[in-house]
Amino acid sequence: MKTFKLGGVHPPENKLSQSAAIEVLPLPETVTIPLSQHLGVPANPVVKKGDSVKAGQLIAKGEAFISANIHSSVSGTVQKIDDVVDTSGYRKKAIVIKVEGDIWEDGIDLSKDLVKDISLSPQEIVSRVNEKGIVGMGGATFPSHVKLMVPQGKTADVLIINGVECEPYLTSDHRLMLEKAEEMLVGIQIQMKALNVDRAIIGVENNKPDAIDHLMKLIPEYPGISVEPLKVKYPQGGEKQLIKALVNREVPSGKLPIEVGCVVHNVGTSFAVYEAVQKNKPLVERVVTVTGKGVKEPSNFVARIGTPIANLIEAAGGIPENTGKVINGGPMMGKALSDINAPVTKGTSGILLFPQAETSRKPVHNCIRCGRCASICPMGLEPYLLAVLASHKRFDDCETEKVMDCIECGSCLYICPSGRPLLDQIRVGKNETGKMIRLRNR
Amino acid sequence: MNLLTVSGSPHVYTEESVSKIMYGVLFSLIPAALVSFYFFGLAAIMVTLTAIVSCMFFEFIIQKYLIKGPVTIFDGSAVITGALLAFIVPASLPLWMVVIGSLVSIGMAKMTFGGLGKNIFNPALVGRVFLMISFPVEMNMYPKPTSFSTQLTDIITGPTPLAVVKEGVAQGEKVSDLLPEVPEYVSLLMGNMGGSVGEISALAILLGGIYMLIRKIITWEIPASYLGSVMILAGILWMIDPEIYVDPLFHLITGGLMLGAIYMATDMVTSPMSRWGMIVYGIGCGFLTIVIRIFGAYPEGVAFAILIMNAFVPLINRGFKPKRFGEEVKNG
Repeated sequence: MKTFKLGGVHPPENKLSQSAAIEVLPLPETVTIPLSQHLGVPANPVVKKGDSVKAGQLIAKGEAFISANIHSSVSGTVQKIDDVVDTSGYRKKAIVIKVEGDIWEDGIDLSKDLVKDISLSPQEIVSRVNEKGIVGMGGATFPSHVKLMVPQGKTADVLIINGVECEPYLTSDHRLMLEKAEEMLVGIQIQMKALNVDRAIIGVENNKPDAIDHLMKLIPEYPGISVEPLKVKYPQGGEKQLIKALVNREVPSGKLPIEVGCVVHNVGTSFAVYEAVQKNKPLVERVVTVTGKGVKEPSNFVARIGTPIANLIEAAGGIPENTGKVINGGPMMGKALSDINAPVTKGTSGILLFPQAETSRKPVHNCIRCGRCASICPMGLEPYLLAVLASHKRFDDCETEKVMDCIECGSCLYICPSGRPLLDQIRVGKNETGKMIRLRNR
Repeated sequence: MNLLTVSGSPHVYTEESVSKIMYGVLFSLIPAALVSFYFFGLAAIMVTLTAIVSCMFFEFIIQKYLIKGPVTIFDGSAVITGALLAFIVPASLPLWMVVIGSLVSIGMAKMTFGGLGKNIFNPALVGRVFLMISFPVEMNMYPKPTSFSTQLTDIITGPTPLAVVKEGVAQGEKVSDLLPEVPEYVSLLMGNMGGSVGEISALAILLGGIYMLIRKIITWEIPASYLGSVMILAGILWMIDPEIYVDPLFHLITGGLMLGAIYMATDMVTSPMSRWGMIVYGIGCGFLTIVIRIFGAYPEGVAFAILIMNAFVPLINRGFKPKRFGEEVKNG
């Protein structure tokens, strides 16, 4: 079975919610929709306080090249446009809408009927994806239409679909592959048409045999699409690792997947592309896993964007008494939340609750130079060295030692027997080195 | 509601810790310890206990009263230094010398550099070499193996198989005439020979090595390249003239090679980080061991070989980086 070669770790999988079918979460009283839910420039609001909006209506426009449109996820009245603490922990501009009923914008097909025929041309697909505010739903939230436009001089020959879900605990992609497989496959065909490629590979780790079987049964009807079971290893969902695992190509340091003829999209994104292109539906809701060992009913919900995370936790049986940490995302790369009233955004794949006892790190000891961090680094870096260089502010050396290649997967900090804060120090190094490089290139 | 902890990712960590690794190493030493306790009796037990207790004692004194920092004598590293130091000195060594060796190991080789993880040279080996230079007579008398004896003084000693062959060849004797003077290979493998406390049984040490490999405390690179290069070099010499140069298998199962390759050269702190670095380091150890064993003044070269290679580790770490992702692009 295929996997990527360099490094990798095996954290306990704990996929507690894998057999919980996707449930629709009831509408909240208000939604808080941040203007920056994607990588790139925040969108500009096109509504003002007091406006009444319908679900699916454009409320903020992404005007820069790397930006994304934002639509209202509910019908109601705009209460305010104000700074709100989002999942990043920073105060950022958001549109707060009071929910009134559930009226959708005209022209959006809300039926469950599968539409297989793709009538739009490649250009129309790209502009539709752009218009409907689709971003990468695996967590990086890169605007999808940008990835569907192959830059001049480059060609794509294979579309890679990320159904790996290598983060422990998370199951939203898994459930989507089981419950919305056909829609997702049509979404993949749409993207293949836009990119003008005749081959797409869905990479799925073999801890999801039911999803693999289900997709295998369906793909004969979708020419060009294949499913590849992968050996479980973290961080296989990293795009460079996934490309290496599936087609054995190595994206050069500092370059994008298109350099080796690949475009990578997540299964959730493929489903969103289907809805945007075939149903005219913007990205206003997503599947979110709510899980954790103390959670009463680990669940997978379809939640409207802007729903307070507290509502999701409540729907999964309430916040356990001893909760000490709430994570937006998985345990390896997710971000710890300071406030559970922060809203669900386009990139929220899961909410993970940890009891107080599991929140503290291991005691820090001297580095015993065991070399495990270097042997498991999926980018072939030397985390122990980068951490020392960064803490000594030797950013030139950080650059030579390829600190910018770090994908922040967290494997080094996970594996370190001395409990050293490797990734914390490397992040500082990456930040400062990045600044230095940008100043130099100015 | 209680306050939430906010910290950087990742939020899960392995169960592995420094002391788990250290006690794992210690656990793997049990077969070798049992063999030596059987052949060298109470004397071996006394040497081992003395070394362990004095290493912990010196670490405690230095951390508490000289450095005035945290005391970490129970993290297992001082215990291992003590056990390994005991394993590479003769069981007949006076206990006060063992105490001095422990002081050198912990005080000079470990604490002077800043404690666990900071030392350049393997502490146990530094202790042994210090003893070898300071007390050459006592360090060159190896007790003859018996079945468990409680004798602590007037132990009958003799040369190690390596010394028998080396001195014999130096006096112009043939290897084929010398080999009957040492135990058979099967006996050697089991540990039935004169030697340091814990180095005698290649088999018991190998068993410990396999355990450490399975527990992922060590990796295969250093032992394999070390033992492999010794076998190849000894094999070449042996093929040139088997009457002057003893066969490679003899080199493999006598002296401190197995203990050195599996426990000393693989010491995390003093060995290289990358796979190719480890292989180069292992080959260097093997080369130096053979050079010293055959052409040097001592019959045994493992301790010096590893210490010399320890000094090269920073250089090896610079020269042999792990393969970076996306560095050389092979597409297909």
